[in-house]
Amino acid sequence: MQQVTVSEERGVIQRSLEWVTTRFGKKPTDLVFRGITLLLVFIVVATVIGVAVVLVVYSWPTITTFGLSFLTNQAFDPVHNTYGVAPAIFGTLYTSLFAMIFAIPIGLLAAIFVVDFCPRPLRIPLAFFTDLLAAIPSVIIGLFGFLLLAPWLQLTGEPWLQQHLGFLPFFQGQIQGVGMLAAGIVLTIMVLPLIIAVSREVMLTVPTSQREAMLALGATRWEVIRYAVLPFSRVGILGGIILALGRALGETMAVTMVIGNQASQPSLSLFQTGYTLSSVIANQFGEATPGIFLSAVIEAGLIVFIITLITNILARWLISSMERRGAKGVRV
Amino acid sequence: MSTTVSERKSSASNPFQPPASAREIQRQFSNGCLIVLATLFALLAVGVLIYLLFYVIVNGIRYINLDFITKLPTPNGEPGGGMGPAIQGTLILVGLASLIGIPLGIFTAIYLSEFGRGRLANMVRSLVDLLTGVPTIIFGLFAWVLIVVPQGTFSGFSGGVALGIIMIPIVARTTEDVLRLVPREQREASLALGATEARTTVRVVVPAALSGIVTGIVLAMARVAGETAPLLMTAFGTTFWNTNIWSPMDALTLRIYNFTLSPYQTQVDQAYAGALVLILLILITSFTVRWFTGGFKRKF
Repeated sequence: MQQVTVSEERGVIQRSLEWVTTRFGKKPTDLVFRGITLLLVFIVVATVIGVAVVLVVYSWPTITTFGLSFLTNQAFDPVHNTYGVAPAIFGTLYTSLFAMIFAIPIGLLAAIFVVDFCPRPLRIPLAFFTDLLAAIPSVIIGLFGFLLLAPWLQLTGEPWLQQHLGFLPFFQGQIQGVGMLAAGIVLTIMVLPLIIAVSREVMLTVPTSQREAMLALGATRWEVIRYAVLPFSRVGILGGIILALGRALGETMAVTMVIGNQASQPSLSLFQTGYTLSSVIANQFGEATPGIFLSAVIEAGLIVFIITLITNILARWLISSMERRGAKGVRV
Repeated sequence: MSTTVSERKSSASNPFQPPASAREIQRQFSNGCLIVLATLFALLAVGVLIYLLFYVIVNGIRYINLDFITKLPTPNGEPGGGMGPAIQGTLILVGLASLIGIPLGIFTAIYLSEFGRGRLANMVRSLVDLLTGVPTIIFGLFAWVLIVVPQGTFSGFSGGVALGIIMIPIVARTTEDVLRLVPREQREASLALGATEARTTVRVVVPAALSGIVTGIVLAMARVAGETAPLLMTAFGTTFWNTNIWSPMDALTLRIYNFTLSPYQTQVDQAYAGALVLILLILITSFTVRWFTGGFKRKF
């Protein structure tokens, strides 16, 4: 008796499963599996969109109160309830520009060395070491910057610069060690491995026949790079540079530790202290009380988010346009 | 085609060799400059890394001992103590992050490599790529606004959520790449034997790519173990043992950050030791991962 009901029940389940299979053209297990997968993918997509939505919603009070003056206002002052991030935007752009000016030539030439000049047995360790530099946590670069670089700059580096190049606007003002120069150097160290890695990957996609053709025409190594390698990989390298710029603009810890976190009179001086958008967030969240203050901190985050989003979309579009032209295997 | 005097003399005796023109000298000169500069800058990049490693090792090694792992940080300026809670906290936070990041990352990768077609898949892939470029402090801000502010307290849980979101794209991208390397024939063979799509994915495709997936997971864990910015406003840090994920939790990176900026030399010394532990952790994972995946033979 018991036996019969079980087999009857199984029959019902079997039949309904078969119905599902014919109805949807897929076995039920597959439907469940796809359902779970899609659900988790949906969570990921919702999280990304959620981040953007949360940033906009929570910074809405400051957006409506201050509008565009938030970008031009000098003071970030909870006491007088007036908020602006002009010095932070200046600090972000200035330090990143500094980093790019040094990291681009150094990184590009280092990548050229790895790809073209390096003795064969050294290539892999060299590529590995530069990748390793990218894996070092930013707080350790910050420790290095704060405990070694900043004191050195204060006692040796900056006095020397002021003495010999003090007529330039970059090397005037009070010497403090921490400041724009230290932040710029720290950022250079942090974006260098990224520029090396992307340029290297992109230059490796240049067909050997192109190089060989140039060499056969009697070109020097430099001419091979100048007229065959660089034109072919130009777009990808530009993508890598923009990607690195995005990284520099958003970097938080290392910069926060060495930039001084104090607004000074806006000038071109590399010795002045300042802050960046990210360091404003890192320094202010602790005191932020719900309301307009909290909203101001989050709007600083929103600006960083938008800037890095734009740089990333641009960079990836450039790099993927390399792929359309036949270069394979570059995904950054 | 060198431009030294002796060469020019010999070229005079050789009617087939043209004399070195100014143009030729300039070509060779710029070529030489390039080689020298490229070598110099490559050495500079590697030099910075080696210098940094030595700096941290030399300053940190003296303070690595059993106390460092088992003791609480000492109050201001007192010698001794360790980073016990920080190490414990980092382990808990990375564990929490893995609970969120690994399943979401792997299933996103399965979707992208096995089912995803057309516009939706491209959109998901772009979003995952973009997620890697967003500064990590943004995810800290996200967890802070949604979890810390409403709860009124910093918590290990919110830190785990922020780190988990950071893990998703790293796991998803490495997993998708290795899943795509599994030959199409293996999938077809499994399907031809009557296995369902789900069974094929779980029992054939994923096991074939398992070593690569594990690599991605390990790299992602190492990466979030080194994150500081998102933890500042979520886990926040504490100097006491704490396993309660609903209250502030310490992390190695947070302790390094706080002690680096400390005015007390004993705490700065501890920061060096913490940095050394963190760097060793990352070196060891990078080396092992490369070793097991044959990454040392890659491409060249």
